[in-house]
Amino acid sequence: MNSGIHPIASLLAAVARGISGVQVQWAGCEPDERQRIYFANHTSHLDFVVLWSALPSEIRAKVRPIAAKDYWDETPLRRYFAQNVFHAVLLERGTSAKAKSPEEARFVGRHLIDEMDEALGSEYSLILFPEGTRGTGEKMGPFRSGLYHLALKRPDVELVPAYLDNLNRILPKGEFLPVPMLSLLTFGKPIQAEPGEEKDAFLERAREAVASLRRIGPA
Amino acid sequence: MLTAIHDTKLVLFFVGVLAFLIILTIISRSLKSRRKGNVQRPVLDELNAGLRAWWKMIVIFVLSVMFGPYGALVVFGILSFLAMREYMTLMPTRPSDHLTLFWSFFVIMPLQYYLVGLQWYGFFAILIPVLAFIFVPSSIAIEGDTAHFLERTAKIQFGLMVCVYCLSHAPALLLLKIPGFTGHPARLLLYFGVVDQMNDVLQYVIGRWIGQHKIAWRVSPSRTWEGFVGGLVCATVIGTALWWATPFTPLQSAGMSLAICVVGAAGGLVMSALKRDIGIKDFGLVIEKRGGILDRIDSLCFAAPIFFHLVRYYFVP
Repeated sequence: MNSGIHPIASLLAAVARGISGVQVQWAGCEPDERQRIYFANHTSHLDFVVLWSALPSEIRAKVRPIAAKDYWDETPLRRYFAQNVFHAVLLERGTSAKAKSPEEARFVGRHLIDEMDEALGSEYSLILFPEGTRGTGEKMGPFRSGLYHLALKRPDVELVPAYLDNLNRILPKGEFLPVPMLSLLTFGKPIQAEPGEEKDAFLERAREAVASLRRIGPA
Repeated sequence: MLTAIHDTKLVLFFVGVLAFLIILTIISRSLKSRRKGNVQRPVLDELNAGLRAWWKMIVIFVLSVMFGPYGALVVFGILSFLAMREYMTLMPTRPSDHLTLFWSFFVIMPLQYYLVGLQWYGFFAILIPVLAFIFVPSSIAIEGDTAHFLERTAKIQFGLMVCVYCLSHAPALLLLKIPGFTGHPARLLLYFGVVDQMNDVLQYVIGRWIGQHKIAWRVSPSRTWEGFVGGLVCATVIGTALWWATPFTPLQSAGMSLAICVVGAAGGLVMSALKRDIGIKDFGLVIEKRGGILDRIDSLCFAAPIFFHLVRYYFVP
């Protein structure tokens, strides 16, 4: 077994794959050990585990999820799963919105980007859900700006869009009993922040890169 | 398996089917290597896909016989699960159906197979048509979401009927107590599967070959009246010729085969219509590697309860 992977993580990955019957498609790139940020739509607690388990096992040990601190740090059990099992990078969510002044917001935002940059280091990859919260699966929410700032700070890291199809019906937000339907995971073509590209334009493009990978249901 | 080996007719029947499959596989392999990019490619691909499915069915059959009727229930239960999983994946349901779907997968489906195993005919025959029929709309109504209420109820109920209720009648054949035929139920299941699948493939092949008049072109361009009649006649002849493996006389066997073929064809047509309705060509095309089970067993699902009831009515006192 890969030394960096917690046995519970491997077990959960197997269970998640079984429940979700996930079929993986590499439509725009191939699995690679290089540093990447995988960013995807977010509708279910299964999202991260399914995406993570879809990566080849030699890559998995070096891929960490970004998770919301306010949720995953709340109880000892959640903390254990986030930190010990999956080596998640826990970040405060919505802090810049709570900031009293634009300067403070910028400062907090920069701090978060630094944390992600640090987590990436020189060998790790990240899994990021830029909507910041789980949606219903009907329509993706707007992307938060972290992805943009991170893309500017780390141009050496590849940004790989991914779409998780149907997981919102397998384990939707607010449910704890799964319905074992089939799901699809499609990895798309990596994107980059173009020189001089505005934040909103980039985020919309990134969102479109994810949305265009949808296969089941209305486009 | 030990008892099954002593059943000479079953072994003969099974070896015959196996030989037939091996010959077909060899032929299709040599055809594939010889002509590349030929016009006949789609037909050949379709037949190859069919052959692969037949090999899987043979494995399912062997497992069913090896572990006795209860093993068969587990095997068919898994098949039901996979079929319904595929069906529900492609059926647009709403988030408020979640709990009802959970019950369908984890309570109703196992219960149906459990009741078949208990041979509690009076209960398993009504579980889904009566009890689930009442449970599903009630459960959806309690959720409080009225949008497309009847549609959602019907979708889930139909899925349960086809994938679970109908299919469970195939392993139920193994538990029928037919006087003078005890100890050989596996032959009945093999007979049913062979007639149904021969009908499927012959309808397709004959339809491709001499088909002119489409049954319902909107539903399926590959189903023609010529194919239907041709497949029906040929599969019935095959079924009649297999009477020695069944409790039937040749004439009875012809009647049974005819019933399997007609209902099986109806099943194929109904599932094609359903696929057109939700806007897909094949279940397997959307979810390539894990899908396609329903495309293969649609006729089997429809024919199983009819064949079961015919046998039960005429041959079980």
